[in-house]
Amino acid sequence: MDNLFFQTFEISIKLALLTTIILFLIGIPTAYFLTYSQFRLKIIVQALISMPLVLPPSVLGFYLLLTFSPNYWFGDFLARFFDIRLAFTFTGILVGSLIYNLPFMVNSLQTGFSNLPQSLKDASYTLGKTRITTLIKVLLPNIKPAILTGICLTFAHTIGEFGVILMIGGNIPGQTRVASIAVYDEVQSLNFAMAHKYSLFLFLFSFIIMIFIYGINKEFLRWKKI
Amino acid sequence: MEKNLIDLHLIKSIHTIEGIIELDVELEIPEHGFITLFGKSGVGKTTILRMISGLTKPDSGYIKVGEEDWFNSSKELNIKTQLRNIGFVFQDYALFPNMTVEDHLFYAQKQKDVNHVNDLLNIFNLEELKKRKPDTLSGGQKQRAAVARALARKPKILLLDEPLSALDSETRQILQQEIITAHRNFSATTILVSHDIDEISRLADKVYVISKGRIIISGKPEIVFDNKEPGIESSFNGRISSVSGNKLTVDLNEEKHNFRNDDQIKITPA
Repeated sequence: MDNLFFQTFEISIKLALLTTIILFLIGIPTAYFLTYSQFRLKIIVQALISMPLVLPPSVLGFYLLLTFSPNYWFGDFLARFFDIRLAFTFTGILVGSLIYNLPFMVNSLQTGFSNLPQSLKDASYTLGKTRITTLIKVLLPNIKPAILTGICLTFAHTIGEFGVILMIGGNIPGQTRVASIAVYDEVQSLNFAMAHKYSLFLFLFSFIIMIFIYGINKEFLRWKKI
Repeated sequence: MEKNLIDLHLIKSIHTIEGIIELDVELEIPEHGFITLFGKSGVGKTTILRMISGLTKPDSGYIKVGEEDWFNSSKELNIKTQLRNIGFVFQDYALFPNMTVEDHLFYAQKQKDVNHVNDLLNIFNLEELKKRKPDTLSGGQKQRAAVARALARKPKILLLDEPLSALDSETRQILQQEIITAHRNFSATTILVSHDIDEISRLADKVYVISKGRIIISGKPEIVFDNKEPGIESSFNGRISSVSGNKLTVDLNEEKHNFRNDDQIKITPA
């Protein structure tokens, strides 16, 4: 039983880590684009990215399940040409997680970028620096709290994810069974002691992360005032 | 006669509090010169600096610097800001919160030139502050750091957007002296936006008075802003209604300014 407990948490943490790292890499260019681009249809991209915030996870999970299923063209295409199966696999719940958590990362980073005065970017350009240099040396170092908030929120939110994973991953031990689903599963089997163990762990874990986020922001505000 | 470094004609519609106005400005600026753009806020002075730096695109016209075309609407040419050899001092300083004063100067350089950085730290009295970040500096110190940063890459052209407007008069005078010293030492062709007549008189060789998007008067500051004799009062709102004798009184920024009308001043009716 203990083995299953640790295996479940291992999958939860692996999923959260991978989601966070990949979303950080995708989130920076996306948030940069959404903040600075003059593209007219930007608002549509923004709305699409933010959809998971308002959409029931089961709806997102349902459509992803259909998309991933080998009975439909995309799943069929992936299976045939790349031998990739996304329904009821770890890769599948990772893809689901990426889509589901995209707004948490992108919105945090975008808030960071928008709060920077436009003149910082302009000043760097007038010093002959390229967009990339400006991004790495000037913009990103000055939105550190937003970056850390984005990372922590994405990580914590992935740990707590339930609906999307259940829909597309099911509850396969060692593959797609994560801690939040384990709680549900144990309650269904009336195994309250085990459900309590998972829940307490999740509760403490999330609590520590939230303290960390507020701690960072407070530290940053203090640092700014000096 | 010194040859012109900058030769430009810029046309752009801009939104101001008084509605949309068309900015239409021609300037010829000699190499190593120090000129000022004077006028009330919202007449497009900052936009002119932004167009020279490439941060704002003119609707049409041209900017020629030496032999290089930086912008030319008929040739569809618009060189990127990064490739224009300028230094820009922003009204809000635009210092990078993550960098120390010294970091700023090194960041601005293409190749690290420690001597030049030390010269700048020296001229602008920043040696003691070189390890400090902008948040720990006073307004005057930030301004010094911003001007030093703009000069760190040895720009051909230095653009100063009301750099001293937020400072008290004592700090302003010290900084004016530092700007004069820097201009003498590094001789970058300088364009200053200002609405402080004393400042313009101390710093600039020539002043261009801008109203409603046009240059209405240009000349040496001491001639343009001649307040010694009472002039004949005539209301002037960016348009010349009448010229009486050798005096004009112009109402700019809700203040009255006297201008002497003689052949040393170029007057362009709007």
